[in-house]
Amino acid sequence: MSRNLFVAFAAMLTLGLTACGDDDAANMEAKPAELVIVSWGGAYSASQKNAYHDPYMEKYPQVTIVNDDSSNEAVPKLRAMNEAGNVTWDLVDVVAADAIRACDDGLALEVDINDILAEAPDGTKASADFGDLLVSPCFIPQIVYSITFGYRTDLVKEPMTQLCDVFDLAKFPGKRSLEKRPIVNVEWALLCDGVDADDIYDVLSTKEGVDRALKKLDTIKSEIIWWSKGAETPQRLADGEVVVGSTYNGRLFSLIEEKKQPVAMLWDWQVFDLDGWIIPKGISEEKLEAVKHYLYFATDTQRLADQAKYISYGPARNSSAPLVGKHADLGIDMAPHMPTDPNNAKNVLLYNFDFWADKRDEIDEQFQAWLSR
Amino acid sequence: MSFFPPHLSIFERGWYVVFRLICVSVLVFLLVPILVIVPLSFNALPYFTFTPEMLSFDPKGYSLQWYREFFTDPNWQGAVRNSVFIALCSTAIAVGLGTLAALGLSRADMPARSVVMGLLISPMIVPLIISAVGMFFFYSRLGLQGTHLAVILAHAALGTPFVVITVTATLVGFDFTLLRAAASLGATPVRAFFKVTLPIIFPGVMSGALFAFITSFDEVVVVLFVGSFHQRTIPWKMFSGIREHISPTILAVATCLILVSMLLLVSLELLRRRGEKMRGIKH
Amino acid sequence: MPVATPRLLTAEGHELRMVLQKHKARRKRKAFLLVAPLLTFVVVGFCLPILDMLRRSADNSIVEETLPRTISSLKGWDASGDSLPGERAFAALAQDLVLAQQQRRATRLGQRLNYELSGLASLFRRSGRDMEKVVLEVRSRRGSYKESLIAFDARWGELDSWRVLKRFEDEMVADYYFASLDMKRDLQSNEVSFRPSEERIYLRLFGRTVVISLGITLATLLLGFPLALWIARLPTHQGNILLVMVLLPFWTSLLVRTTSWIVLLQQQGVINDLLVAIGIVSEEGRLRMIYNTTGTVVAMTHILLPFMVLPLYSVMKTISPSYMRAAVSLGAHPISAFWKVYFPNTVPGIGAGAIMVFILSIGYYITPELVGGRTGVFISNRIAYHISSSLNWGLAAALGIALLTFVVAIYWLYDKLVGIDNIKLG
Repeated sequence: MSRNLFVAFAAMLTLGLTACGDDDAANMEAKPAELVIVSWGGAYSASQKNAYHDPYMEKYPQVTIVNDDSSNEAVPKLRAMNEAGNVTWDLVDVVAADAIRACDDGLALEVDINDILAEAPDGTKASADFGDLLVSPCFIPQIVYSITFGYRTDLVKEPMTQLCDVFDLAKFPGKRSLEKRPIVNVEWALLCDGVDADDIYDVLSTKEGVDRALKKLDTIKSEIIWWSKGAETPQRLADGEVVVGSTYNGRLFSLIEEKKQPVAMLWDWQVFDLDGWIIPKGISEEKLEAVKHYLYFATDTQRLADQAKYISYGPARNSSAPLVGKHADLGIDMAPHMPTDPNNAKNVLLYNFDFWADKRDEIDEQFQAWLSR
Repeated sequence: MSFFPPHLSIFERGWYVVFRLICVSVLVFLLVPILVIVPLSFNALPYFTFTPEMLSFDPKGYSLQWYREFFTDPNWQGAVRNSVFIALCSTAIAVGLGTLAALGLSRADMPARSVVMGLLISPMIVPLIISAVGMFFFYSRLGLQGTHLAVILAHAALGTPFVVITVTATLVGFDFTLLRAAASLGATPVRAFFKVTLPIIFPGVMSGALFAFITSFDEVVVVLFVGSFHQRTIPWKMFSGIREHISPTILAVATCLILVSMLLLVSLELLRRRGEKMRGIKH
Repeated sequence: MPVATPRLLTAEGHELRMVLQKHKARRKRKAFLLVAPLLTFVVVGFCLPILDMLRRSADNSIVEETLPRTISSLKGWDASGDSLPGERAFAALAQDLVLAQQQRRATRLGQRLNYELSGLASLFRRSGRDMEKVVLEVRSRRGSYKESLIAFDARWGELDSWRVLKRFEDEMVADYYFASLDMKRDLQSNEVSFRPSEERIYLRLFGRTVVISLGITLATLLLGFPLALWIARLPTHQGNILLVMVLLPFWTSLLVRTTSWIVLLQQQGVINDLLVAIGIVSEEGRLRMIYNTTGTVVAMTHILLPFMVLPLYSVMKTISPSYMRAAVSLGAHPISAFWKVYFPNTVPGIGAGAIMVFILSIGYYITPELVGGRTGVFISNRIAYHISSSLNWGLAAALGIALLTFVVAIYWLYDKLVGIDNIKLG
């Protein structure tokens, strides 16, 4: 009898806790800890520092956050740590594709989003607030970003308005900067080769389809300078090395608005992608508690909206969108610079994670062979 | 042109001028990339190109901000500390082990000499990417990946061939009877080493040490794999700087590094002269 | 008839031969002991890690460990035939997959098998996730695993999926090596053949690495020879100053030099600006000198030039100028005297420098990565890609073995022709 009572009481307490939402969980004291948080470096890490790390450490001075800018090599390093049984990272920021891969490889912990993250202010469960963006059971989304084009306004005769202008050498002569991988490029090539957006992955699932995309890319191959790091296109645009180039929209925002370069956005058929957290498998219980405590704080509605003050990436929670305000230094409205803004998102390509998880190696070989020809 | 020997024909003089021109242009080819870095590091704008202001020597085109950033940014200063610490430690290991090995290798009785030498030189020959990946897995398994120790040991391994080569070279003319003389006069082998051998091979040891130091100080592939954020060195920062967040700070760092290498080079040259004097080699 | 040799004895009455031998053995031991610490360090800290890495190229234990029952139940099945394996294999697979999922290994295995047949990654991810349900259902209905699995995902009814599994029956699977040489093993017939030439990547990359490296070696020789000659014939003091100028780039950070080549060579860079200002090149016709083979060749020639100049210089320094003078005074034309008398003496230096430059250049990674663009990258860059991007570590290791074998062969040549002892540094 007393035992049953106890269970019932415990259940009530838990219910009560969840019902009370943020306040109780957030007021739960954090234990002293050092968290090693891995991210991308540069402006992106700075935005996380401003929006998450600094306010968190201010509130819980017993916690120190150490930044490691290794997200580029996150999955191979996680795999090596996992093999060695010595995991030294506590929280890792990765793109969705890497999160799926790490999850598949058993390198990341599966998490129950509703269990560890805060609800939206109106009481919507976290899982509903993030919605479709929960692409992997290990993945806690932070931002929606896009891979899109920027072009030099002073080097073209008329503004570039459509994706296919990139493939039009007669109208827009000059070098293009494209990422040195098939993902995204083959989709764009097919779109401009007349394939309907809905059919792209059907076409790409055959070798002939990939060849068709590569054939389209062939038409501009001699004018392409390939990039592998996000900073390369902005640098080439600033130097006038290229007329147009693809990169992450946040990099272009900083080039245009912060560095005032004569560059404009070409949003047509931007490709949405996600970036977020994974918790490495194999960290200690205490570390896991500390990480969860941090995540509860850093992924709530307000904090995600805050990040958009520093960089033009869209917050991953639906409830954060209305809270996006002005840029912290420039004082301009950030909403029109978000990839999710209706004006920018007229044509959007949602790239297919499952397709690429399967076909990545095969298409990459085909792409590399084409590249080296 | 009075410096030509009088018997040279016009053709030969012409050839001599052309030859000199070729040589000077090769020297220019060698030095220009280094010299270009220096003025660009004073660029007032965050780009890698000469701005019109710079070309017209307008003071507004120049600034010290990148140096200020280098000297005040804690990340860069951390990188400097890491680089120096890792380079010093790995140099110490490389010099200690390498000098001992060179002493053994130069003895006539060394067994299986060429095989051993081949193994010892291998870190210099094996493509860096292979070494880096191999050590990445190895130290991961030991749980040392991402520690200073792993980077130091890895760099020490890369630096030892240089010490072995330079010290062996100074030992070529070494008269081993000197050691026997010291022993017959009652010196212990250790004392004989410090009193007799070391002074003679010292220049070789020092130049080997400088090579080992610069190998570690300039190394980026291995540290990218074996190290983690806590071990990031100057080359690591520069590598990510070139591709990640581009700012002329890396040109300022480069200029400082050029200064450092000039200092090292001058000291190496002085050591070489001293070494030749010690061994009685006359020009 | 054995001849009795007089026995030589020491003062203590021991046989001299024995004493000398003992003494020699002791000296050998002593010499070896001096070398031993470094040898241990290099072998343990350097050679073993490399061997360990290379081991991955043949390591396929994940298949056998994750699907032990499946693999053994496929023993009697003929992969070259046209019929699917029997019910037993399907049941074993279902059982293996349930266990594998509990250990979170199913998708990892799928990643591995995806290199052999693309599509298996998602098949294993899906199957791993839902296999427990399938098994429960089959048990409750006492149905057939074969039917249920094929109903669950039609790919289990395809022969190729099973042929891939069958392949891992053997412990040693050489497929990574085949892949590293652009070869493919047919799933049905097991025949190994080269890929069609337009699909080849690695042979082309190896070829390009060697050709560009040869080009760089030649360029360093053409530039280095006159410079070394000049320095060697100058009075020592002036020569040393020039030598310092050669060494300065040698001592300057590789990254610094690579960066400055980007600054110099890019289309809006210093050299193009200069050419446009002089009027040699039009604004539209700016030269493309970087992010292609040219960029790699120029930057690497610059970086490796000292490795050519130094050995050439040290050889030329030992050639007495009196040879030339003698030849000329005997009536030889200076050019012919140079070609017939001086040049042959420099050949050892050329050999040493060329092999050194060549060895260093085929293993380069950083410079091609930064300035090579599409056409100027090397095999090292592809190895790095497979390590850190595609995560195909087995293939990276196999490519590493191929590269290492090549380098060791050249090194062996170097040792034979020049001798390791003759490496000179500054």
